[in-house]
Parts: sequence; C-alpha cells; structure tokens
Amino acid sequence: MSSVATPAPAPRRRRRRRTKLQRRQTKLAWLLLLPALAIVALVAIYPLGKTVYQSFTDQQFLAGITPTKWVGLDNYSTIWHDPAWKHAVILTLKFTVITVTFEFVLGLIIALVVNSSFKGRGVMRAVMLVPWAIPTVVAAQMWKWMLDDTFGVVNDFGVRTHVLSHSQAWISNPSTSLGAVCAVDIWKTTPFVALLLLAGLQVIPKDLYEAADVDGASKLQQFWRITLPLLKPAILVTLIFRTLDALRVFDIFAVFFGNRLDTQTMAIYIQSAIVGDGNVGLGAAASVFMFLIIALFVVIYVTFMRVNEE
Amino acid sequence: MKHRRLLVLAGVVGAVALVTSLSVAAASSDKPARTHQAAAIAAPKVPNAAAIKKKYGGQKITFVGDSVGNGHVRDVALAKRFSKDTGIKVTVNPHPAASDQSYSQLARAFSSKSSSIDVAMIDVVWPGAFAPYLVNLKPKLGKQSKLHAAGIVQNDTIGGKLVAMPWFGDYGILYYRTDLLKKYNYKAPPTTWNQLFAMAKKIQDGEQKTNSNFAGFVFQGNSYEGLTCNALEWIASAGGGHMIDNGKATINNAKAATILDAIRAQVGKTTPRGVTSYQEDQTEHAFDSGDAAFARNWPYQYGIGAGAGSKVKGKFSVTTLPHGAAGKPVGTVGGWQLAVSKFSKHKDAAIEFVRYMTSPAVEKFDAITNSNVPTIPSVAKDKAVVKANPYLKPAIASVARVTRPAKFLGTHYNEASKVIYQGINQILNGTPAKNVLPGVQSKLNQILK
Amino acid sequence: MTTAAESARTVSRPVSRAVRMRRSPIGRFVWKLPFWILIALIFIYALFPFYWALRSAFTPEAQLFDTPIQYFPHHPTLQNFRDVLSSDFFRRALLNSTIVAGSVTLISLAVGSVAAYALGRFKFRGKSSILYLMLSMTIFPQIAILGALYTMFTGFHVVGPIDFPKLYDTEWALIFSYLIFTIPFTIWVLTGFMRALPADLEEAAYVDGATPLQVFYKVLLPLIAPGLVTTGLLAFIAAWNEYLFAVSFIQSQNHYTVPVAITSFVGKSGNAFQTPWGELMAATVVVTVPLIVATLLLQKRILAGLTAGAVKG
Repeated sequence: MSSVATPAPAPRRRRRRRTKLQRRQTKLAWLLLLPALAIVALVAIYPLGKTVYQSFTDQQFLAGITPTKWVGLDNYSTIWHDPAWKHAVILTLKFTVITVTFEFVLGLIIALVVNSSFKGRGVMRAVMLVPWAIPTVVAAQMWKWMLDDTFGVVNDFGVRTHVLSHSQAWISNPSTSLGAVCAVDIWKTTPFVALLLLAGLQVIPKDLYEAADVDGASKLQQFWRITLPLLKPAILVTLIFRTLDALRVFDIFAVFFGNRLDTQTMAIYIQSAIVGDGNVGLGAAASVFMFLIIALFVVIYVTFMRVNEE
Repeated sequence: MKHRRLLVLAGVVGAVALVTSLSVAAASSDKPARTHQAAAIAAPKVPNAAAIKKKYGGQKITFVGDSVGNGHVRDVALAKRFSKDTGIKVTVNPHPAASDQSYSQLARAFSSKSSSIDVAMIDVVWPGAFAPYLVNLKPKLGKQSKLHAAGIVQNDTIGGKLVAMPWFGDYGILYYRTDLLKKYNYKAPPTTWNQLFAMAKKIQDGEQKTNSNFAGFVFQGNSYEGLTCNALEWIASAGGGHMIDNGKATINNAKAATILDAIRAQVGKTTPRGVTSYQEDQTEHAFDSGDAAFARNWPYQYGIGAGAGSKVKGKFSVTTLPHGAAGKPVGTVGGWQLAVSKFSKHKDAAIEFVRYMTSPAVEKFDAITNSNVPTIPSVAKDKAVVKANPYLKPAIASVARVTRPAKFLGTHYNEASKVIYQGINQILNGTPAKNVLPGVQSKLNQILK
Repeated sequence: MTTAAESARTVSRPVSRAVRMRRSPIGRFVWKLPFWILIALIFIYALFPFYWALRSAFTPEAQLFDTPIQYFPHHPTLQNFRDVLSSDFFRRALLNSTIVAGSVTLISLAVGSVAAYALGRFKFRGKSSILYLMLSMTIFPQIAILGALYTMFTGFHVVGPIDFPKLYDTEWALIFSYLIFTIPFTIWVLTGFMRALPADLEEAAYVDGATPLQVFYKVLLPLIAPGLVTTGLLAFIAAWNEYLFAVSFIQSQNHYTVPVAITSFVGKSGNAFQTPWGELMAATVVVTVPLIVATLLLQKRILAGLTAGAVKG
C-alpha cells in the first residue's frame, strides 16, 4: 500500500516550507477543483465576458440591418445620469436591508426552535420548508390575490377581526407597496435562512452546552458565548448569499407591480432595458454597475469576516 | 424508529396511490370541456389542396402558435387538417403564455437568423418591430387581405409591405348589469363617460348597503400594456387624439387631460383603489362575481360570464364604450396576426398555411369553437358566428377601432408604450394629468426621433 | 437560578438546564407555554398560504372569487386536481423537472463537495481567489447573461472545427445554466463545513494509512452530511422553481418544466387573459407535496450532527 505516512495538513499557525508533500497536496487540490472550475469556465465565462463587451456597444435586441457599433462609455454615462436608475438602486438597497434583517432574525429564531427537542420536531422541519418549496412565480401570484383589496383574504380577515378599519390596497397604494413586497419576500425566503442556520447549529457539539450548564451559565449566556461564535461562519455564508439574492430580486416585483415606475429594482430596470426597450448595450452596462454594487457588499462582508477571524 | 419508517412508507404509498387513482379517474372521466368545443365542428378543408400538394407536399414547417390550452388545441386541429389535405407537415409549438416572453422568443430567433420558426403568431403591435425579418405577403395574399378589416390590414402594412395577415381581432367593449340598470330605473346603458360615472355612483351607493365589496366601474389599471389600450379608448373617445398622430406625440392636450383626470377622480370612489393593479383577470373576477356594475374588457369575458356557474349569467349585456362630449365610441384593437419568417426554408409552403388559416372558413371555425373575434367583417355577420358570440351585435361589430401607435415606433414600440402606461398609472394613482402628460409627450417625441 | 445550583449539587450527572426546569412544575408550565405559542405562530405563518392554495384547489373554479370569501370550501370538488393530473403535458413537465433538478443537485453535490474538500482542508495559494471567483459568477443578474447563453446553446462556433453543441430546447441547456448558480453556493457552504471539522480525525485516518480520497469519502463526507443534505435540498428546490431560463431555452411543449407548465395553464375560455386559479392552486399542491414528503424522509439526516462517538473517541 502506498504510504502517505506523514500526517495531514498541519494547523495553520505552524510555518512550513514548500516540501515535496506540500507540492503534491497542492497538485491534488487543484485536481479536485478541476471539475468545478471546468464547468464554471465552460458555462459562465463566455456569457459574462460577452455582457461586459456588450456594455461598450449600442447592441440592440432586434438589431435588424443596422450594425452594432462601439460607443465606449456612453451607456455608462446614460445610466449614471438617469434618475430612474438611482431610484432603482435606492429601492433595491432598502428592500435588501429590510428583508435580510427580518429574515435573519426570524430565521435564527425558527432554527433555534426547531433545533431543540420536542415532540413533532420532524413535522416542524418539513413545515418550515413549505414557503420555499412553492415556485416563486406561483407564490407571488397567490399573494397578489391574497392581498387584493376586494378578493383578498388578508383584508377580509383584517376587517372581520377589526384589525383593519377597511380594505387596504396594499399593492397599489405607493405608501404600502414596499412593505407588502417585503413581507411576502420575508415569508418566502426565511426557510432558506433557517435551514442554513439550522445546519450550522447542528454541528455545534452538545457537550459544550452540557458543560456550560454544569458551570451554571444561563440560557442567554450560552447563546452569546457558545452558539453565536460557533455559528458565525454559517451566519456569514447565509448573509452573503441572502444579500446577493435580495440585491438581484426580480420575480416578486415583476408579478406585483409589472412595470410601475416607482417600484423598479435594479434587475427590473435591466430587464426593462433589454427586453422592453430592446437596448441590450444599456442593459449590459447597468448589469456591470449592479455587479459592482453587489461586489461592494461582498467586500464589506469579507472584511468583517477577516477581522473576526484574527 | 421502526414505527417512523413504517409511517413514512405508508405516507409515500398513500401519496402514490392518490396520484394514480386521480390519474385513472381523470382518464376515464370525460375530457374536460376544453376539448369538446374543438370537436363540435370539423376543421374546414383546404381549398386547392391538390395543387398545393403537388408543389409543396412533403415539406416540413414549424408554426409557433397560441399558448397551451384551447388555442393550442384549435391550432393542432387545423394543422392536422392542413397536413392531411396538402401533405405539408406542420409542427405546432405553443408560444410562452406571457406576452413579453413570447416577444423575446421571436426576437431571439429572428436576430439569430434561425430557421427554426416558419410561421409565427404575432401580436397586433409587433409588425413594426419585426418587419425587417418578415416576408412580404402582398404578392401572394394581397387579394385575400382585402376581405379583412381595413384598419387592421393597414396596421400590418409597414413601408408598403404586408408583413402579416390579420388572424383574429379583439377590441374593448363595455359590460353592464342589465338587472341593476332596471333596478335603479335606467332605460339604457350610458353613452357618455359622465353618464357612466353618474350611473356607477348611484348603483354603487345602493348596492354597497348589502355588499360592501361592490364597485361601480372596473377596468385594467395596472402598469402594463393593457393600460395603454384602456387609455387609448378614453383619450380617443374624448376627442383627444391617438397619443401619437402623424409621427408626432399628441398626448399632451386639454381633452386628454380632462378625461384622464375624470377617471382619476373615480379611483377610490366608484372604482376600487386597487384598480391600479388590475389586469383583465381581476376585472373579470369583479364583474362575474357580481361585484361590479360596469366593466371594460375584451370580448373573451362574455363567454365566461354567460357560462355555467357564473353568478351574472343572464343578467348582463354588452355595448360600445362610452365617449366624451366631443368624441365617438371606439375600441382599441387587440388580437393576433400570422407572419412568415424571412429565414424560413420553406417560405411558399408557409404562405399557403397562412392563406388557409386566415381564410373565411377557418375564421368562422375559430369564432364558433373558440369565440375568437373574426377579422373578416362578413364572417362577423354570419348567423352561426353571431349565435356563438352574442356580443357581435351590429353596433359593436362596426364600432370604430383604434390602433395603438405601433406603426410609428417600429422596434421602439415597447419602450414608448412603457412611457405611456407608466405615466397613466401615475395619474391613476393620484398625480394630476397636467403634471404627467408634458413629460410623457416629450419622452415620446424623443423616442420618435 | 438557585433551583439550578441546588439541583446541580444534588444530581450526580450533569443535566441540561432545560431538563432541570422541566422537572419543576411551575418551570414546566412557564417554559413550555411561550414555546408552544411560538411553534403555533411559526406553523400558521409558514402554512397559511399553503392552506389557502389547498382550499382553493378544492373549490370549484366558478366560486373562487365569490364574496364573501369562503375560508372553507362550501362545495369541495376534485375537478381541479383531475384537470391538472389528466393533462399529460403537466405530468411530462413533472418528469422533466425531476430530471433537471435531480441532475443539477447530484452534479453540484459531487463537484461541490470535492472542491470544498480541496478548499477546506488543503493549504495552497489561490484558495481565496477561487472562492471569490465562484461568488462573482452568481452576482450577474440572470437577464444579463440570458442572451449570451442563448447564443451558446443554439450552436456556437468556438474555434476551428469545435462547435458548442446545440443544446437549445433540451434539458441539458437548463442543467448547465442552473449549475452556474448552484455550484458556487454549494462550494461556499460545504467549504465552511469542511473548515469547521477538527484536524485530528484526518490525522488519525492518515496514521491508519488512508489515501486522501479515502479520507474524503470515508471520514469527512459522513461528517458533513447535514451540509450535504441542506445544500442538496436547496439546490433541488432552486432548480425546480426556476422560471426565466426555463421559459427562454425551451421551445417545445414536451420539454417544459413545472414552472413554465404551471404558468401556461389557460382557463376554459381558452383565452390567455384568464388564469385558471383553481388548476393553478391544484398544481401548486401537487408540486409542493412531494417536496415536503422528501423533506420528511430526509429530516433526520438534515439534523444529524457530529456524533458523540467521533468527538469523544
């Protein structure tokens, strides 16, 4: 049997030369990464490259006979000066902050609840996944129906129980539109957050809690001192992906509001530019802007993560 | 542990059993109503079939037709008949149900010069956008096009080329509750907008005593293409022009502002506040569950309201939409056309298929089996057709049809329509028209340049 | 607090606080009630819309928009379910979605776990850049890369005699496009799990003479099982529910996936304006129930943690 008698990668702190073993490890590591990188290169590099290229041209969806020409930074300039884009960015940011915060808090509560042992735990785990399991386009249509001011069950129930004085046009009324769409998104996506946090909770060894109980620590102290720190990596991954998804939100807004001017998110602005106006170049430039904004968030999260790792 | 596995197994077996039994039950029960209509009358035979077979028999074409459902069933029945008679094999693919997905599908195929689509079903506002990619049908189908409604043929003629043949048409009409008009002592439906608003208010006030969900007047107010249709009807019927006339934007005028403000004043009063999210579906629900006195919608709503299980069966009728003091009643044209792709490998066979589909016999078949409004006026007057579509009363069948300004906008129609419906939606949501229309007009002029 | 300390002195083996509190009668009541209220609230919050879908599925189409609203159908009917299940187009869509989502999940897990092993347990340069490269793939909005993907899938001349295969209108187009989003996510989550595992397990295995691949397969993979099941489930659901790519890359009816099939249901009038809500809701129920059943089957796995043996042994 070929021997790999020497131990596995040593703990981080120890300084190491690039030994023959380490080179072999590196080769193996790259080999293991090959399938993932290959798929990604194959399917993602071309589209992304093309999008960036298109942002510098005046490419149209239906080009017809007019050739596409290079326009340099014109598209970028148009978007930078477009008040609709600024509005879209601000709206998307508001939406992201509201939904990610609520989803995180609710998701954590649900994960903690489902994590503790009680009868019917298994059923709860399945139940909490239901909102995520319903296809988004269908869920959005359903909520639009439920929030309707004439046929909606939410208004009906609210009026019957006297919580509401009369039916509200949650979606149509500009002052409640954002709240409505956030509430629906929170309903839909909290399971995603809860499930990830739950997985993270489950790898925390139970004996840590038992030891803490012996030491007389309260539940709250245990939460702050044991749970949160050990959950940090899971929390950060969850927050990153949730934020990415929130910044790219499209389906719910499209179903609820169509092309209403005051409720455009960045993705809707882009879709409207590409498919609606047929202006692919402009849409590509807006996509690059969107990419940069999202990348900014990633940098913030990562810096936070690095700082905490020390 | 043992028990849990058993329970889960029981659950899975139960679910499988349920699905299987439902499928079996479905297969054995008669097929739902959707298919019975298509079988009611047979697809008409193809005129000149032998000659066509000799020339083009054996060729294969792809038709991107109506979306899944009755429309698709009809398309398949017609395609089958055509294939049988002429030997040209037609593959029918339903287009995506969502309008902008359907547009994108065609746009992508055309811009990549794909030969995967031979005949396409296109919306009445798309000929301008797709014209460079479509075959001129005038040489071969010009004569047949004279049978169709002139306004629509004109809409389909871009730069002198007939790029699409009208297939079935649609236009906005007014639905009203005959029983409520009687109850509140009205002898006839309203002919002007102000009359409509007054009647709606009186009826709503009376009905809301027993039904708090009752509304006087419902229409489509969401920020989407349907709003452009509704708004065109309001503006044109009030003498405010057609949004764009002769290549210049004319939407910013006093008459248009007046009618738009009048409608805005009704939102929250005789029209539900939520109307600014209504599309055709919500309008139909409101009227057919008895919660509205007046509704503006396409003719399709007639069949549903008169169908089994409807709460308003026998209690409603239709008429032309009201007009402003200075105008006349109009209806915005909706509907579909058939076009042949320039990149098709079998253009002539495709044209023969279009000839068949837009012939009077097939339009009659469509009208009877699917309640599709024929674009050939003589077919619209046929007794059997009128029997199946009672809304095709003479007054309605000959109402002035207005078309959205797609011909001036070419590939920029969607962009311009967006400017229009976003602006109108803003007005409906509370902003006075005079604050919105100037902006809309200048943006439209910019696009027209 | 005093009760706990006293109990700790009197009871010989350490017992968790929850158990101690449960033993005292007052503690039992106080502790349980808010907890059960919380459970009830979560239950209602998650399930009410699904209940609404269920009740609508059993309501005859014509009565769906009746006012006053029926919270419980007055004349329940199976017609909507019959309509949905008798349509072979929908059954075919269920099959297609299962194939696509299943393949995407398996490929993501296979490729992702192997990559996570490399990124989580090996030390080499370029690790972070790869992670961020993966992340940046998911940042572009779907609509922006749609056009380019379409060009690729409709047969695309790469270089010389090499042509990208024509994948348009096949399930493979969807499988490849979904991988763009599921692989980065899977890699990130599993890398986190891999990183959190203690080094001594591997070291013990190496001492016993295992190869790195055996270490991966026999030691590490079982330990990150909750991560695998979680990302697997999330990837499956994401692929199952995706709409934009599915409607753009598939043209013929018999390749439709579930979201496209559901949204193309047309009412009995045959007109695209009428949405058949009863059937839509029946289809939603039919589509959601298997996912719930699958979760019930897998739920033990989702919550399996580091077993006591591995840590203490």
